[in-house]
Amino acid sequence: MVAVVRFPGSLDHESAVRAVRAAGGEATYAWHADHELPDGTGAVIIPGGFSYGDHLRPGAIASRSPIMDAVRRHAEAGGLVLGICNGFQVLCEAGLLPGVLRTNATTAFVCRQVELEVLDHDTPFTRGLGSALSVPIKNHDGAWFGNPQRARIVLSYGAENPLGSVASAAGVANTAGNVLGLMPHPEEAVDPLLGSTDGLGLFTALVHA
Amino acid sequence: MTRVIVTVMPREGVLDPQGQAVQGALGRLGFSGIHDVRLGRRIELELDDPDPLGTARAMCERLLANALIEDFSVAIEE
Repeated sequence: MVAVVRFPGSLDHESAVRAVRAAGGEATYAWHADHELPDGTGAVIIPGGFSYGDHLRPGAIASRSPIMDAVRRHAEAGGLVLGICNGFQVLCEAGLLPGVLRTNATTAFVCRQVELEVLDHDTPFTRGLGSALSVPIKNHDGAWFGNPQRARIVLSYGAENPLGSVASAAGVANTAGNVLGLMPHPEEAVDPLLGSTDGLGLFTALVHA
Repeated sequence: MTRVIVTVMPREGVLDPQGQAVQGALGRLGFSGIHDVRLGRRIELELDDPDPLGTARAMCERLLANALIEDFSVAIEE
């Protein structure tokens, strides 16, 4: 069972549930004010959106909500946690991932398909993936900022670097590899109707956790 | 009751794309001699606390500022 955490202002939780089901799994919701994850949670998704209206900094207030203590315990026990877009921002603000997401270098909201390079196949999420993924991005504060020597950069935008992130990072994992955050939206790349099914592999990993 | 002013600014050396955008707009309005514009945030706290500055600093460290990219200062407003 994959638990999708909802905050006030989450947007992409339904897409995340749909992606888990497309990968053959079951999904349920967890609420930000809950103190425990649902019984039988095998993996957690923090979905995209604008939790708490992006007030203060994107993800800052959500990262201090009660459910995040349960997500932290799940991660410390080795459970898989995937943060997508705002979810990536939440995980960085919570200290579960290194660095922080900043306003895009162009200050523009960027919404389009990108080609990602998979740099690190040695995580539970990326083990079964190919070398490149075509997925969309849609964000305003997606430029990862941190020390690339102290971060595990799993996904990259390559030479293009459309948001201005350090080391062109698109997705970053913790040292153990069981927590992954990425700004692109793999959950919007699970159906041929949307032009790509490259995102499906990330959810297959969660389903089998 | 003490009024504490918290100022949060992008750290020196960290790219401030919003400040740069404002600088560009001021230049287009005809203002010249602008060497730099940086955008930050002012937070006003009304505190009933024996150590308002210490509490405000703790608030900055726990939530109001992200030390990776931001510096903060706290001051009591008389």
